[in-house]
Amino acid sequence: MPRVAITVDGTRYEDDVPARTLLVYYLREQLGKVGTVVGCDTSNCGACTVLMTDSDGVPRAVKSCTVLAVQADGREVTTIEGLGGDHPVQRAFHEHHALQCGFCTPGMIMAAVDLLRETPQPTDQQVREGLEGNLCRCTGYQNIVRAVQAAAASSEVSAA
Amino acid sequence: MIPAAFDYQRPATVADAVAALASAGEDAKVLAGGHSLLPVLRLRLAAPSVLVDLAGVAELRGVREDGDTLVIGAMTTHAELAAESRVPLLAQAAATIGDRQVRHRGTIGGSLAHADPAGDLPAAVLALDAELVITGPNGTRTVPAREFFVDYFTTTLAPDEVLVEVRVPKLAGWQTTYSKVNRTAQAWATVAVAVAVQRQNGSIAGARVALTGMGPTPVRATAVEQALAGAAPDRIAEAAALAAEGTSPPSDHTASADYRRHLATVLTRRALQAAAG
Amino acid sequence: MTATIATPEIGRARLRKEDARLLTGRTRWTENITVPGMLHMAILRSPHAHARISRVDVSGALAAPNVVTAFSGADVADSQGVMACAWPVTEDTVLPTYPPLAVSEVRHVGEPVAVVVARDRASAIDALELIDVDYEPLPAVLDMEAALAEGAPLVHAEAGTNKCYTWVFDSADAGTGGSVAEAAEQAEITVSRRFVQQRLIPAFMEPRSVLVDPTGGEWTIWSATQIPHIMRFLLSATTGTPEHKIRVIAPDVGGGFGGKLAITPEEWITFTAANRVGRPVKYIESRSETMVSGHHGRDMIQDVTLYARRDGTVTGIDVKLLANMGAYLGIVTPGVPILGAFMYNGIYKFPAYRLECTGVFTTTTKTDAYRGAGRPEATYAIERIMDELAAELDLDPLEVRRRNWIDQFPYTTVAGLEYDSGDYAAATDKAMQLFGYEQLRAEQAARREAGDPVQLGIGVSTYTEMCGLAPSRILGALRYGAGGWETASVRILPSGKAEVVTGTSPHGQGHVTAWSQIVADQLGVPFEDVTVLHGDTRTSHKGLDTYGSRSLTVGGIALTMACQKVREKARPIAAHLLECSPDDLEFSDGAFRVKGTPSAAKTIADCALAVFTSHDLPDGVEPQLDADATFDPQNFSFPHGTHLCAVEVDTETGAVKIRKYVAVDDVGRVINPLIVEGQVHGGVAQGIAQALFEEAVYDADGNLVTGSLADYTIPSAADLPELVTDRTETPSTTNPLGVKGVGEAGTIAATPAVVNAIVDALRPYGVNDIQMPCTPERVWRALQAGKQASKEVQA
Repeated sequence: MPRVAITVDGTRYEDDVPARTLLVYYLREQLGKVGTVVGCDTSNCGACTVLMTDSDGVPRAVKSCTVLAVQADGREVTTIEGLGGDHPVQRAFHEHHALQCGFCTPGMIMAAVDLLRETPQPTDQQVREGLEGNLCRCTGYQNIVRAVQAAAASSEVSAA
Repeated sequence: MIPAAFDYQRPATVADAVAALASAGEDAKVLAGGHSLLPVLRLRLAAPSVLVDLAGVAELRGVREDGDTLVIGAMTTHAELAAESRVPLLAQAAATIGDRQVRHRGTIGGSLAHADPAGDLPAAVLALDAELVITGPNGTRTVPAREFFVDYFTTTLAPDEVLVEVRVPKLAGWQTTYSKVNRTAQAWATVAVAVAVQRQNGSIAGARVALTGMGPTPVRATAVEQALAGAAPDRIAEAAALAAEGTSPPSDHTASADYRRHLATVLTRRALQAAAG
Repeated sequence: MTATIATPEIGRARLRKEDARLLTGRTRWTENITVPGMLHMAILRSPHAHARISRVDVSGALAAPNVVTAFSGADVADSQGVMACAWPVTEDTVLPTYPPLAVSEVRHVGEPVAVVVARDRASAIDALELIDVDYEPLPAVLDMEAALAEGAPLVHAEAGTNKCYTWVFDSADAGTGGSVAEAAEQAEITVSRRFVQQRLIPAFMEPRSVLVDPTGGEWTIWSATQIPHIMRFLLSATTGTPEHKIRVIAPDVGGGFGGKLAITPEEWITFTAANRVGRPVKYIESRSETMVSGHHGRDMIQDVTLYARRDGTVTGIDVKLLANMGAYLGIVTPGVPILGAFMYNGIYKFPAYRLECTGVFTTTTKTDAYRGAGRPEATYAIERIMDELAAELDLDPLEVRRRNWIDQFPYTTVAGLEYDSGDYAAATDKAMQLFGYEQLRAEQAARREAGDPVQLGIGVSTYTEMCGLAPSRILGALRYGAGGWETASVRILPSGKAEVVTGTSPHGQGHVTAWSQIVADQLGVPFEDVTVLHGDTRTSHKGLDTYGSRSLTVGGIALTMACQKVREKARPIAAHLLECSPDDLEFSDGAFRVKGTPSAAKTIADCALAVFTSHDLPDGVEPQLDADATFDPQNFSFPHGTHLCAVEVDTETGAVKIRKYVAVDDVGRVINPLIVEGQVHGGVAQGIAQALFEEAVYDADGNLVTGSLADYTIPSAADLPELVTDRTETPSTTNPLGVKGVGEAGTIAATPAVVNAIVDALRPYGVNDIQMPCTPERVWRALQAGKQASKEVQA
């Protein structure tokens, strides 16, 4: 069984995992990080989105249902639980009613964080296209776009 | 869903990867970004016994110049490609793939080797007359894009071969564009077109047109290209009407073959006008 | 501690109490719940649309590593119970036997056939491949009209027919209007269309998982359901398990849209599996299983004929429906089209109406409620055909509507409903203003004039719907198996905080927030001091759950009534504390106040402390303030509104882009405008999705081609437009809050607005209908056919 060392939300874990273990199930079942959820089996819904560093050390949004835990070996992963609860994007989602049932929300927020990393001051169209990999069935996305724009406007994100 | 169990290997060199594939036999699969392969494994539409992960092979990553040619490592991600200003056609095509998460993981090598007839990069490399460099137990060979795609999800790659790089002519002075119609932003292309146009003295000196979604493999619209060779730009509409000639598009729940043929002519005309304009 | 509440809570855009855990991922989805000793179950599903099961051999699976048990339908035929349908709409409705695990025959692809229970989920899934099933394929039955033809293969041979029922409404017989036959004879103009409501998949984001813990002769069941109370009752009724031994918990539930208004074979099978192994068993559903096994929605063929005079006055409407039931009946499958049957006259004063609906069995996944359930179909048909009437008469579509719409309330419609209130003109005027109707019409004319390859179209939808399901007597008259009341309890804690127990079961609607606002206003307890318990039959023992835009209009009223009871219990105590007569008190600004001396006041918290100590209560007063109330509405509520949509249609590719979308809704009094707006946004998005993107497609063998989110194209943010929303507010007169319901309005309104806009764009090309979803290819084909037809007319 391959052994992996993955830093998740700031804590380094070393575990033996079956090769077929998807990163999302490693997070959920082995680490108890159940904030990251699985909404589909074809990499479409984006509910499982987390940030993962690439070989350049930059954290980028990935769909953790389409990454094997062994592929995350040596990387740093940030889940919704690593944002701390008062991240500008989390706050903006609350203030702009950008969630209803909340199932897509962790993935949506992580994708939005990634979008703002790359494009700190996006247009509405850039927000919409930037979140095309995250499906929401409740909000019609309108308030999600508003929330991401509000987060972009907040000083913490633009200064970061 | 959960994939069936498999063994996992992560070689550090191409040679080790080839050796790993050779020893694993026909039942092994190469794992690049995994964004075509892992959904297939999760749905248990395939159950390879061994995955050979190329992520540890540093030499497969990155883009370098070799004279008039750009050499793109097979493990270059769609996101990296989308930011690559030296090959605008590939950049434009890569930027339309899937979504940002998919583009962060998916790779050009994986996309070409998977050879989905609705994929974006196959048509783009075909339009660019790119060459694919392949390494196997007997050494390295170079295959023109025209000969690489064989059938639905089938290429000339042998099970123990690895696609290592894509050599793309820079085409200085050519104008390119990539255009597609899909049902939703995330969906595979219904039809897409990649064009490259070279203008000289007010006429079209050369045109290359490659189509996605028009058959088992990406295809060059040779009738269009021939009609445009040396022609004035006002002949584009007439030439583009030939875009579906010789194609065999599928009929499926996304679109019928007839509609795809029609769409090919419209997209080709618009793309050529945009590139030649 | 005499608090005063200056600002009424009702109407405030309160941020949601629900959000904190959802935003941080500390959420109790069913999949997140684990209990000690838990095993995992996986389900083997039929690859055939229709087949006889001649043999199932689970021995291979039983021998696999980590497997605890494996069984087929035949192994549990006597103990697994049955899936019940609660709504046989006619006396002779065919109610086929519906076993959770197929026993002798499978009737749709994806039907459960056998299960494996193992130590972990991967082992359970692995072992499915070791189960041998011999099938004898039978003919698939997919097309409704073919299914009704003589000699068609039968989905349920024992029924002798593929017809589930035929249900008829005739205003002449019902005494609610005239005769459609007469209207037909006298019609100056007749417009007929066949509309096809494509099959849709609810596609809530959280797949339906379930966990059953049978420990100690009691059963605790966690399920991703909208209806924990109904599920408890039906599990008890169909398996013989005593109801009081069953506890159903709907923990955090990730969306439903009617798709979790269901009791599912998977719930029953997990229950059976847990009983067989005597240990907790969890079933985690994958998306591809949800797509093929969770019920679908819509799938109707509507033949609609409108009779009118040349001045645009409609004189009658005749509707013939074929409704696809699928292979089995879900909890309200037959009733879905009947919910729509009362809405085919829309907002209009039609004098005559007839509807005949036939339910049809096919070898497909069953259909059942999906957001709007019957009402979107009816609204689509009437709003589409009103546009066609306008086109025939060369009138503006809004003008034809004005000439027919109801302008006095209350109004008893030709379908027999009493519309209590509304103001269709006000909503329409507001929408037109926000939309820039005249400018867009001018741009449309200019593009037509110029022969622009991208044409502009404008679509109108002036809808109403019936919400607040439902008056129990009406449900009884319609043969539904349960009532339509809702219940609420308010418990006042010693510190004056309030604990509400509601029978509604929210899964994204924000009841915790809205209910807190209601209690704050009714009792003067601060918003922050209210907690709302729901979705657990141990704390909320009674209720009829959440669907049909009923929670506020029924459950919210029950809560209001319970609060009023609390107040009346507190009144003598407050009077005692203030040393005055109860009659001298009024409840205002959050406290009991002595009339004329408002500074002399006691709050509910003061009274709560008094009953907690009970040291000094008036004689004969029970020392508690808690109260329960149950509300059974006497009428439905009728939200309405006007939605306007402008589309750009690329006439070369057929691609449609929504240029502008304006929704003005009248949902009565609004408790929380933030939540209401969110409901409209999401509703409109699903309505647009039906118009443009979504369709469940079967191949000729009955395989679901669109069985994943890669193929069933639900729209992302990049596919949807910005929405302009606004409201008019005409309070409902049928309930004390004046509320109407908002959960389904957007979905009901949006679909015809979008399709009307597309048809409007292409009408100069001879197009007068396009089948949904209006994919680029369908639009392009309609254009080709329209051009061809125009040519033939000219020739």
